[in-house]
Amino acid sequence: MTDTDGAVVEPVRVSFTINGGLLTLELDPRVTLATALREHLGLTGTKIGCDQGQCGACTVLVNGRRINSCLTLAVMHEGDSIATVEGLGTPEVLHPMQAAFIEHDGFQCGYCTPGQILSSLAVIEEIRAGMPSHVTGSLEGPVPLSDEEIRERMSGNLCRCAAYPNIIAAIRDYAGAKP
Amino acid sequence: MIGEGISRTDGPVKVTGRAHYSLERQEPGQALYGHIVGAGIGYGRIARIDASAAERVTGVHLVWTYHNAPDQGSPEGPEGDMMDRARPEFVSDRIDYYGMPVAFVIADSFEIARHAAGLVEVEYEAEPGRYVLATPAKTAQWKSETRIGDVDAIMAEAVNSVDQLYSTPYHFGQPMEPNACLADWRDGHLTLFLTAQMLNQLISGLAATVKLDRNQITIDSAYVGGGFGSKIVLHAEAVLASLATMHLNQPVKVAFTRRQIFTLVGHRPASISRVRLAATPEGQLTAVGHDAAIQISPSEAWDEAVSSVGRALYATPNLLTRQLHQTLDMKAAEPVRGPGELAGLMVFESAVDELAEQLGVDPVELRIRNDTDYDPDKELPLSGRRLVDCLREGAEQFGWSERPRTATRRDGRWMIGYGVASSMRGHFQTSAEALVRIDPEGWVLVRSDMTDIGTGTYTIVAQVVAEVLGVPMSVVRVELANSNHPKGNGAGGSWGAANTTVSVDRACSTLLERIRAAAGTTYNDIFAEVRRHFPDGLEAIGRQLAGSEDPNYQTFSQYTYGASFAEVGVDIDTGEVRLRRMLGVFAAGRILNRKTARSQLIGGMIWGVGAALHEEAAVDPRFGSWVNGDFAEYLIPTHADIPAIDAIMLDDFDERANHLGVKGIGELGAGGTGGSVANAVYNATGVRIRDFPITLGKLLPHLPRDR
Ligand code: FES
Ligand code: FES
Repeated sequence: MTDTDGAVVEPVRVSFTINGGLLTLELDPRVTLATALREHLGLTGTKIGCDQGQCGACTVLVNGRRINSCLTLAVMHEGDSIATVEGLGTPEVLHPMQAAFIEHDGFQCGYCTPGQILSSLAVIEEIRAGMPSHVTGSLEGPVPLSDEEIRERMSGNLCRCAAYPNIIAAIRDYAGAKP
Repeated sequence: MIGEGISRTDGPVKVTGRAHYSLERQEPGQALYGHIVGAGIGYGRIARIDASAAERVTGVHLVWTYHNAPDQGSPEGPEGDMMDRARPEFVSDRIDYYGMPVAFVIADSFEIARHAAGLVEVEYEAEPGRYVLATPAKTAQWKSETRIGDVDAIMAEAVNSVDQLYSTPYHFGQPMEPNACLADWRDGHLTLFLTAQMLNQLISGLAATVKLDRNQITIDSAYVGGGFGSKIVLHAEAVLASLATMHLNQPVKVAFTRRQIFTLVGHRPASISRVRLAATPEGQLTAVGHDAAIQISPSEAWDEAVSSVGRALYATPNLLTRQLHQTLDMKAAEPVRGPGELAGLMVFESAVDELAEQLGVDPVELRIRNDTDYDPDKELPLSGRRLVDCLREGAEQFGWSERPRTATRRDGRWMIGYGVASSMRGHFQTSAEALVRIDPEGWVLVRSDMTDIGTGTYTIVAQVVAEVLGVPMSVVRVELANSNHPKGNGAGGSWGAANTTVSVDRACSTLLERIRAAAGTTYNDIFAEVRRHFPDGLEAIGRQLAGSEDPNYQTFSQYTYGASFAEVGVDIDTGEVRLRRMLGVFAAGRILNRKTARSQLIGGMIWGVGAALHEEAAVDPRFGSWVNGDFAEYLIPTHADIPAIDAIMLDDFDERANHLGVKGIGELGAGGTGGSVANAVYNATGVRIRDFPITLGKLLPHLPRDR
């Protein structure tokens, strides 16, 4: 690969695990993690809604933390462990959160849905770990797993179909059902 | 089966990331990537464009500008059909709107294409453009006028009247899946994996643009990541991907960036309305007037029906509704969810609230007193008119009797108010066809080019087939959204569910007649009879007639109805408005699936919330560009903005709509919902904001000082 001026954009080697499997790729360093997943690995469950960190459709978990995969370059993830929606469940054997989204009709078009599902799993962990949010009343003691907390923390995941009330119902159901 | 709240049949593939949307389709193999360069001025011409630096980038296959773009069909004049018209790109050096494509780069990778796009050098000669919608003058040339009696005369002598100006902003559909196309030219046939709402309708314009026969084009839109009107009209991604694959003989992918969805896809036009209402002291309307000015473009006039949507909402002896088209040098407007209603009913229902306040009549009661069963425009009786039922049920369930007197209730730092508004949306009957095939192996196949853009079409079609044929849903395979299938009506305008299911039901009925003719009226296993009498299986095409061919549509004016109730809190210090709860009650004919229908209605209601409180695309009056054209700055409702919302669907069946009793619901939820939020803001604060959306900056200066 060369630039106009003849400056070479050399591919860069990167290795990470995706959904438990180790992969090594040679990538143009400009490739974002979202594009690497979608265009280089065929993992199109990760969606691109804005490609600029404003919608959450591209949410994946990196080492257990949710991030917008469109805002990070793939080559920055050497050695990281990445979880995408494809690793959660299959149409035949759904993850309980996926089943809850179906039961509560937490989507219409489904395009924001993988991001919503991954984000919601991370949100529950963040609340359980006691991480405060803008709406947390007190920094002392445990953070309540309230609708208000969930809504606040899910607000980086836009849904233009506006399935919001049903998404909250699905998350509540899942979180309550868990021991 | 019909009506049950069955979970979406496409749910499992969607929640697991296995549903492949346009660009994600793998069939064509490795594709090239296209990227569009948009104009940096709103009006004028390209003085110089030089793509040579971009062309020299390794991995770039070609760069098109108006100098070298392929020959394309020519558009018709401004009155031409929205779907049939050719929409060529790179026609000349002229720039008609901000962001209009000036160059198109195709490269081996997305990164190379975007990098090279940045190297295209363009110099412009900007000319003064018209970008500001003006309040109509008295001498305005009004269009699409409906006039009964003499509104001016009644207004002149009315004791109780409202005469106010309202404005609504440019507004965008902005589905989460960007407009995108994966095009593949192979053996003289063009296949598009396109995110689109109406396939065979769109092919007309595409064929005219790229100069192919219709039958040389297939569009496959198996999964569509939302539409809201923005994927009805043919856009540049489909045109350029098609031309590029035909030119290079390789598959080509093109997606708009989110910012390009603001410049290359049409918007709901801004509007300025004058609403006039007059009433007797008892609250009987004596005159209703709604004049609205909307933006159109020089090339196309999408007539957003702002002024006319309230025509048959209430009884009135005097009525005048008129539209004014103002030509601005902007992208042509297009359908956006709730065309006409979302803006028109929001302002109209605000005016009704103003009248109620002035008369001292409860806003629900005022609406009930002015109920009607007659459409004065079509001069026909209204079928399925149940607005009063919606209002009464909603008032009861919401606890409307607890509504505070204006600007009196507090909850801590929040001023609390309730608001109500009516909704009404036309039910449109359009021609549609669907094929149903019973296979002797024990399954049923349904085919239509109808799309499921999140509307639940896959699910409701399977429900109808299962019920009519008496088979389990699990044996029904629904294949939608392929343009080679029988032509349905597409998803848009709330046309889909009713017209599609009627055609599917008719196909099933035809099959049942044939089976009964062969097997007798009582049989146990439909598949056993098919195996016995029709060893190769049997199939039929069912048809829904266009409204113009169907007597029921000529003798009744068909609408759906709803009422929404909102509670808001307004922060006493900042003027921030927060929705606290909301209820919608709807009468929309027979509901096919209570779960998916409720979701769609709630989604529509949230669009009403966005219209009232958040959404506005602002034009820079100097350049004609969008000031806030992305998701960071064009605010749409988020999780944190939306508390508990519910939608109640009244048991309903409109036999005048069709024999299934079904009407559309896609737009109805949005309807006048924005008005209920606006009216709640007034109830909370005593301040009436007539310039939507109601943002804190507009509200704060008017809040009571002693708060
Ligand atoms: S695609 Fe990454 S945040 Fe929108
Ligand atoms: S389900 Fe369509 S955007 Fe969320």
